[in-house]
Amino acid sequence: MISRDQATRRSTLIIAALALVGALIFTSLVLLSSHVPPLAAYKLIFLGAFSTPTRISDMVMLASPLLLCSCGLTLTFAAGLYNLGIEGQVALGAVAAMIPLRLLPNLPPPLLWALAFAFGAAGGALWAMLVAGLRIKLQVNEIFAGLGLNFLASGIALYLVLGPWRRLGQASSSGTEPLPADVWLPTLGTLRVAPAAPVIALIILALIWVAVTRTRWGLELRAVGLNPQAAGRMGIPAARRLAESLAACGALAGIAGAIQILAVFHQLIPSISSGMGLLALLVVLLVQASPIWVLPIAAAFAIFTTGSLQMSVALGADSSIAGVLQGALVLFALLARGLSGRR
Amino acid sequence: MTRAFKRWPALLVLTTLLAACGGAPASKPTTAPAATVPVATAAPAATAASAATVPAATAAITATAAITTTAAITATAAITTTATITATAAITATAATTDKAYVFGMVLVGPINDGGWNQAQYEGMKYVEARIPGSKFIYVDKVNPADRPNTKVEQAIDELITQGAAFVVTNSADFGDGTTIAAKANPKVFFIHASGDAVLSGKAPANVGNIMGRMEYGKMIAGCAAALQTATGKISYLGPLIDSETRRLVNAAFLGAKHCWTDVRGKPADQLSFKVTWIGFWSNIPGVTLDPTQVANDFINGGSDVIISGIDTTEAIVEASKATKAGKKIYAIPYDFKGACEQAADVCLGVPYFNWGPSYLKVISDAKSGTFTQSWNWIAPDWTNINNPDTSIVGFEKGAALSTENQAKLDEFIKKLADGSLNLYTGPLSYQDGKPFVAAGATADDKTVWYTAQLLKGVEGQSAP
Repeated sequence: MISRDQATRRSTLIIAALALVGALIFTSLVLLSSHVPPLAAYKLIFLGAFSTPTRISDMVMLASPLLLCSCGLTLTFAAGLYNLGIEGQVALGAVAAMIPLRLLPNLPPPLLWALAFAFGAAGGALWAMLVAGLRIKLQVNEIFAGLGLNFLASGIALYLVLGPWRRLGQASSSGTEPLPADVWLPTLGTLRVAPAAPVIALIILALIWVAVTRTRWGLELRAVGLNPQAAGRMGIPAARRLAESLAACGALAGIAGAIQILAVFHQLIPSISSGMGLLALLVVLLVQASPIWVLPIAAAFAIFTTGSLQMSVALGADSSIAGVLQGALVLFALLARGLSGRR
Repeated sequence: MTRAFKRWPALLVLTTLLAACGGAPASKPTTAPAATVPVATAAPAATAASAATVPAATAAITATAAITTTAAITATAAITTTATITATAAITATAATTDKAYVFGMVLVGPINDGGWNQAQYEGMKYVEARIPGSKFIYVDKVNPADRPNTKVEQAIDELITQGAAFVVTNSADFGDGTTIAAKANPKVFFIHASGDAVLSGKAPANVGNIMGRMEYGKMIAGCAAALQTATGKISYLGPLIDSETRRLVNAAFLGAKHCWTDVRGKPADQLSFKVTWIGFWSNIPGVTLDPTQVANDFINGGSDVIISGIDTTEAIVEASKATKAGKKIYAIPYDFKGACEQAADVCLGVPYFNWGPSYLKVISDAKSGTFTQSWNWIAPDWTNINNPDTSIVGFEKGAALSTENQAKLDEFIKKLADGSLNLYTGPLSYQDGKPFVAAGATADDKTVWYTAQLLKGVEGQSAP
């Protein structure tokens, strides 16, 4: 097993290098076709996020929920599930986190934060359990169940924003009234970084790493992922493990949603997940459910996204180039894996 | 697990790639966003010769200190006159520093070439750039949850300030909270939140001002044009989101339509139908807002033959044009941008538009010379000529589809608004639920109009009070 792991790691590195080269060539072609100098663009994409403390803090606040979602997806990928419903789980987590904030605004903030995180985790887990129920009891593929529930979740968020939770005298899909500043997660000075968010994300990453690689539960999860029938014959409760991984993923997505509410947007907006779940899917596709790679890749994606924000001001180019680079990286990683015969 | 890595990931990645590439606006305007404003006669040409060497930063600090004492709501002062603009230019000429480019920026909610609100705002800033020598205009556009899901207004403002912006305009009602946050964090930078009212409500930091044009007049003219030309008596209004600004604009269009339907055409009021459908945002966000294309078609299929647009983009005129080509006779009145009729001149009755350039030139010149004064500025059109590009913030460009006879009637209507003989905010006017808006014989004051709480009685649609 160990030697195979090492071989896997080596070929993972080769694949990563191939993917990076392929993605850079592809993205350069896109840049050249829109008359943007690639070197200047890459300088912004790779280094732009570090140019000022503000940008570093924005990058951290993007990376934290992304990391949480990626951690959650690591579990479901290990169990062989494509949890495309993660977007909805983030949204429902955010909606649930809003409940204590709206109902009990006079509680002391630390208690309110704890409640918001607990509600967020519960909301996300609940939404993921619906996917698990559909998958296990009704044999509905988790991809379709998740996508369907994503629409439902964004519908619920939109209904709340335009309906019961709308601003006084308004009906705008731009969001609810911002939370009072004293219930925002505390930030460092005037920067937008709330240190609690990355700390929570890193602690959870460590827990997930231990759970997946160092516990029997993690081993069983991977066994179920490789072959549910065989795992079942060896006495592993496969259905239970699938449900557990989905619930855990949902809970982490829900915590990410609570961070979006408490520390990023400070209000509920219809697109509260802001594509975080889909970006995390790309992260996990790239790292293939190995927790150790989640941190660098999630951080890199956050760096690209933050850095590329300057594209339009500095180069007159569209910032969606970060999305092209991220997508191309995953595409070429999959291609490289396919070509190397290790699918 | 390995088995699963076959088709789904590739599909997912392809979808993401496509989504990343496809950030373009839904509708392509026909005109490029080139500056179409003519060169002003009073351009501050003397700036280059200025001997003043006060660094911009120092000037800004002084100004911050000064405004804390003079913060007051300036009424709609007479800055719409040519004389004032020229005076401003003169101030600029004496106090400007040419050592370094004066950088000013804008955060826009939509693309700069949307053929509507954002294009008009963008061209207003280009107007300023052309008239302050050595200045440089930078911007971040498409700051909305659909195009930039991870970007907040504060972040976009920070990008502009990092690039050297000493003055930032934010152009959407929704940007109010973010503008306040950024202004508190950057007390040396001056801000204008266009269409906002934080200064009026007393919530604005001293370095934030508000500017809005009195588009109510533009909308009254639009409503009148619609009522003059409609054959079915069914006018529809493509509404964005609901707030006091959008309610008062719908009401203004309705008041203009009602007046021209009853008093000019002599028809009974109950034969006029005026319906608004709100899409939920300033432009189409798939899956979040109603699709304005579909809403426009619902209007047409419901028998409406004039669509007044209240959104940032051009779906109303595009769909009216399609329906007309298919054999129906549908007219549209687009919004915001002077060139909006060019999309389909044969169905365009005209366009009420914003001309931000002169107002922005004044406030940015003031800030540059250290005399920024906080104000909530709700600026009326220049009634001597509402289409004067150097003086009037609100104008109405008549469209080719408006008949010659109706053009004359519309001019008569505009003349009455201009000389004050017609004030459509004269009571009795009541809200949808019957509560009074303006009492009989009285006329509404600015605050009553600005904070319009509901749609007026006679307008069909949601008020969200």
